[in-house]
Amino acid sequence: MSAPLLEISGLSARLRRPPHSPLLRSVSLTVAAGEVHGLVGESGAGKSTIGKAILDILPDAIELCGGTIRFAGEDLTTMPAARLRKLLGTEIALIPQDPMTALNPSRQVGSQLTDGLRLRRGLKGAALKQKAIELLRDVQIADPERVLALYPHEISGGMRQRILIAAAFSLDPKLIIADEPTTALDVTVQKEVLRMIRNMQKIHGTGVVFVTHDLGVVAQVCDRLTVLYGGMVVEQGETAAILASPSHGYTRALIDATPRHDRAGTGMQPIPAGIVADLKAQLSRYGFGPSGHV
Amino acid sequence: MVERALPEASVSSAPIAGAAPRRGASIWSALLAEPRVVIAGGFLVLLALAAIFAPLIAPHNPLEQDLMLNTLPPAWVDGAEPGYLLGTDSLGRDLLSRMIYGGRVALTVALVAAFAAGLIGTVLGLLAGFFGGWIDAAVSRLIDIWMAFPPVLLSILLVAVIGTGLTSVILAIVVIDWTRFCRVVRSETLQQARMDYVDAAVVLGTSRWRILFVEILPNLLPVVVVLLSLEMGIAVIVEAVLSFVGLSVSSDMPTWGGLIAEGRQIIYQAWWVLVFPLVLLFATVLAFNQLGDGLRRLVDPVLLR
Repeated sequence: MSAPLLEISGLSARLRRPPHSPLLRSVSLTVAAGEVHGLVGESGAGKSTIGKAILDILPDAIELCGGTIRFAGEDLTTMPAARLRKLLGTEIALIPQDPMTALNPSRQVGSQLTDGLRLRRGLKGAALKQKAIELLRDVQIADPERVLALYPHEISGGMRQRILIAAAFSLDPKLIIADEPTTALDVTVQKEVLRMIRNMQKIHGTGVVFVTHDLGVVAQVCDRLTVLYGGMVVEQGETAAILASPSHGYTRALIDATPRHDRAGTGMQPIPAGIVADLKAQLSRYGFGPSGHV
Repeated sequence: MVERALPEASVSSAPIAGAAPRRGASIWSALLAEPRVVIAGGFLVLLALAAIFAPLIAPHNPLEQDLMLNTLPPAWVDGAEPGYLLGTDSLGRDLLSRMIYGGRVALTVALVAAFAAGLIGTVLGLLAGFFGGWIDAAVSRLIDIWMAFPPVLLSILLVAVIGTGLTSVILAIVVIDWTRFCRVVRSETLQQARMDYVDAAVVLGTSRWRILFVEILPNLLPVVVVLLSLEMGIAVIVEAVLSFVGLSVSSDMPTWGGLIAEGRQIIYQAWWVLVFPLVLLFATVLAFNQLGDGLRRLVDPVLLR
């Protein structure tokens, strides 16, 4: 069998300054071509850190301190900067978290949508415009020619997110990092955007790392998932199997904490303190140990 | 599963219907909705034209003395002399002409000093906010130290040390007031640099300088424009203060501050020599402030509807 599209093994990260608080503890996961892989966890679990590490946009305060990120067999953490720059953007793209801040307010939508095509493919003029219109059609934006000339504040949040999706797929990447792409949207738009990412991903055969805290979202779009707590992998596997019978108490607690409209009267359950205390005890025991698996 | 039955077209066309009209068309209507820009801007343009064409407009030579015509009251007061609209000072010089010529100094200082301070402050603020690290530490400490000095006193001290003259006045204002721009631009840059669009640009391989000047800087322009306008008002005041204490341009050049100083001495004999320059100074500073506030609403892409 050929190498998986993305193979992260033993990835550790910490704060650059003392006391070097660990943020990722030996995280390992693989994403196959065409697979949507969910990264789930609470705030601070390290899910966004993984996405940023792949894209080499970690904040200055965070440094990697071990492990590899292999993309199609090549280690992103050790490859020459020039090669990495070439891969990022073309082969690996980003759908950012907040559509309100992910588009530059002072530039027209069209010019931002086509940044990749211009900078990386050298497209310009009529061909560029044609391609931009096609991209917007793909994400079901009616009247694309008019939208291209608008500024971000002139369009809705859902439409911005669709434009960002179109931009991410514009160079036909093999892997897309979707960093909580629906968190900032309201629920009705959320459904629409999720379906769109799923459709586009299937059509293009793109692998997706889907960062989210929302298990409901995971159930809809992810083939496999990794549950994180405190920078450590708690559980990993097929989405359907994990949601049906979680093997770790924390995962079960997360599932119970998700509001469900299809089961009347159950309400939301808080995560029992015992489980978290247990995980915290484990964290102190493992430290930077070889594996965070339970 | 119910929502999947929704027709795609209806979902996707809904947000478009609510989209705002094109940008160009809305500028003129926005201008009308912001009358203070028109009023304040119009006043300042008139003032600038008067200053530029002072030799053509001023009814008299501002330096021409005629002791026979000293302390003439304004034209509408008894005892006035026709041709001296706002009266004359203690040496018989025409007050209106002196105010018009004084505008030359005031506006030159306002424009040059504000733009120079703005340029220095903005560049340092951008670098500090974007690159952080030792650049930020150095610039921030410098600002802290700078802000600890009382500004007007410092400018008087500076001019006293480097000598009087137009260049010295401008230099004194720039040296003191670049911090106003730097502080604000630095914090705005910090904020912009955290935005997701910067990450997106980094992933696409955009260079740091391009991100700073092409992606981030345009978003700071509304703020810089407001600061520029406010700074021009401040520069007019500082110039007036310096000329009031006789530390501005040489005394044979009329300045607003100089006129006020002169009027102060003869306020009981000729109130107009004090009042008219004071009113003009007040109106000019007010106009710069109003212009800045109105412009902010005009150029801010988010506030623009």
